[in-house]
Amino acid sequence: MENLIALLVAAPLLGAAVLLLGGRRLDRAGHLLGTVMAAASFGLAVVLFTDMLGRAGDDRSLHQHLFSWIPVGGFQADVAFQLDQLSMTFVLLITGVGTLIHVYSIGYMEHDERRRRFFAYLNLFLAAMLLLVLADNYLLLYVGWEGVGVASYLLIGFWQHKPSAATAAKKAFLVNRVGDVGLSIAIMLMFTTFGTFAFGPVLTSTGETSEGKLTAIALMLLLAACGKSAQVPLQSWLGDAMEGPTPVSALIHAATMVTAGVYLITRSGAIFNAAPDAQTVVVVVGAVTLLFGAIVGCAKDDIKKALAGSTMSQIGYMVLAAGLGPIGYVFAIMHLVTHGFFKAGLFLGAGSVMHGMNDEVDMRKYGGLRKYMPVTFVTFGLGYLAIIGFPGLSGFWSKDKIIEAAFAKGGAEGWILGAVTLLGAALTAYYMTRVMLMTFFGEKRWQPDAEGNEPHPHESPKSMTIPMIVLAFGSVFAGGLFSLGDSFIKWLEPVTAFEHGHSPLSAAVVTSATVVVLLIGVGLAWLQYGRKPVPVVAPRGSLLTRAARRDLGQDDFNHVVLVRGGEHLTRSLVYVDHTLVDGVVNGTAASVGGLSGRLRKLQTGYARTYAVSMFGGTAVLIAATLLMRAV
Amino acid sequence: MNPVNYLYLAALLFTIGATGVVIRKNAIVVFMCVELMLNACNLSLVAFSRMHGNLDGQILAFFTMVVAAAEVVVGLAIIVSLFRARHSASVDDASLMKL
Repeated sequence: MENLIALLVAAPLLGAAVLLLGGRRLDRAGHLLGTVMAAASFGLAVVLFTDMLGRAGDDRSLHQHLFSWIPVGGFQADVAFQLDQLSMTFVLLITGVGTLIHVYSIGYMEHDERRRRFFAYLNLFLAAMLLLVLADNYLLLYVGWEGVGVASYLLIGFWQHKPSAATAAKKAFLVNRVGDVGLSIAIMLMFTTFGTFAFGPVLTSTGETSEGKLTAIALMLLLAACGKSAQVPLQSWLGDAMEGPTPVSALIHAATMVTAGVYLITRSGAIFNAAPDAQTVVVVVGAVTLLFGAIVGCAKDDIKKALAGSTMSQIGYMVLAAGLGPIGYVFAIMHLVTHGFFKAGLFLGAGSVMHGMNDEVDMRKYGGLRKYMPVTFVTFGLGYLAIIGFPGLSGFWSKDKIIEAAFAKGGAEGWILGAVTLLGAALTAYYMTRVMLMTFFGEKRWQPDAEGNEPHPHESPKSMTIPMIVLAFGSVFAGGLFSLGDSFIKWLEPVTAFEHGHSPLSAAVVTSATVVVLLIGVGLAWLQYGRKPVPVVAPRGSLLTRAARRDLGQDDFNHVVLVRGGEHLTRSLVYVDHTLVDGVVNGTAASVGGLSGRLRKLQTGYARTYAVSMFGGTAVLIAATLLMRAV
Repeated sequence: MNPVNYLYLAALLFTIGATGVVIRKNAIVVFMCVELMLNACNLSLVAFSRMHGNLDGQILAFFTMVVAAAEVVVGLAIIVSLFRARHSASVDDASLMKL
């Protein structure tokens, strides 16, 4: 069985290679080939999953050693795969949601003449992401990590004729680089500390290492996770990444790639467990991002950007849970999977709405779409209920557990984190209800555009609605299924370890509190957007609203501190270069030039001058010799 | 006669030659002064040879004469061609090396 693992990666990689190298003659069949490759990978994942279920809990990890990559003396870097319960969860999510989104893209990208290339990039992304979660050492993980970065760059900038898309792609790539530096430093530190970077030896020998080193490694890993998962302070790229086609936003910037940071933290759990200071930082980053994303999501009128804010916020929940240690890892991954379902579903719904509305993204120009797009309305609605944590749906099960775990952290920290997660839940309910009301309820607010084309909202084709329906099923049932008899905890426990947190509040109290804040959030949104008509032109709004519309100043901050600061730094460096370095060099040259100008005057060109100097010199030499002899 | 007197004479001749080289402009005269310096050296060589009682200095004087003869040939040829080119035998006119 373990020999099949490499095929998981190979299938989409082959798809990408064939589609990119095949050129235009594959234009007509490209999307089918891409989808088949994704589906093949998913089929294989299911086979491996059933096989894994057939074995006992401790015996489920599979290894495949493909080849020795960098053998140097005692140092070994292998291309080897590890398929355990954690990887399996990710593989199923990536290939499952990935396949659905391939199918969706067939319809969504139907009129794009570069559709083949789009599918090639999607396949490339799948291959890189699978490599990331299947690698059995950090170096190979890094390859996948960079691979998804490249695929993300290519796909955000897919409509490169739009300058905004090209800029957004560059921005995403550059911000991600900052995180990638963290990962590479972490790998180097691991190498100097442990002499290897295979998961097995590194994660089992944390007990013999000093806490300081582990904290350094953990913080660098966290930096990497912040970049990839759009956590504060490296969050600014995610909103702009919405310039990419909507299926990309659904697959890469909601369901899979942005969760890579959570995977990294969970996978490196042993390191974080042994570095409590780093864990505190992880929790803080998660809590801050949770609120940051939610606040931004509350103010955006662009449906995709509102969802992007929500993604940031939900990943904040996961990072927070992962920072709690063994009481949180399982729930982080559980929320990650349920989030994968409902957020991908929501994005696909948003894509479907845009598809029917001439690519309009401003929610103030939607309204009343439930009549025109019943399937989209129902699937989006189920995703909405799931994300706000409506009791019984997926989001409820996973988010509720995270809130419980946050309280269980204990002490003042526990209360603060619990309050933050509850506040986040209220904000989630508020902004998602807002999206829902502005898009599907109320009166129609769209108008003919400048050329007089009025949008004719219509339901999307089957290739788009079917994936949405499947994801809606996941949004409804996945959480319940995972919680049934604690099946998800038992499934992941051998890999991530698990201990029950002891919450100062009973589970019933936390759950009721969650439901209460949920109702408050929904109610507030209804008061503002449901009870009275939504203005087509956004009102000026409060100070907080205006700040949130500007992403709470993330770009201003980056501009002032990094861009302006960088400019000042380079300018002062240029000044130093011009005055000091060039001054020394030019000064030397000028003084040599001046001196030689004077010396040149000695050269009269008359032979007798030279003769005199020769005689004089000789005379001096002889005199000196005689003088020396006399002394 | 005391051979040291020959050395005084040689020094005198050498000084006259050197002064001539430095102060005269005509290439021929400068050239003759160079010859005078050479011969002053020859004289001192022969005088030293006599003083020390061996023939090394005299033999060296012959070498000097041969070299001087060869030098005269080349030097005169240069002066003639210089005169042909510039219609003057003044050494100050041939100061093209200066910038």
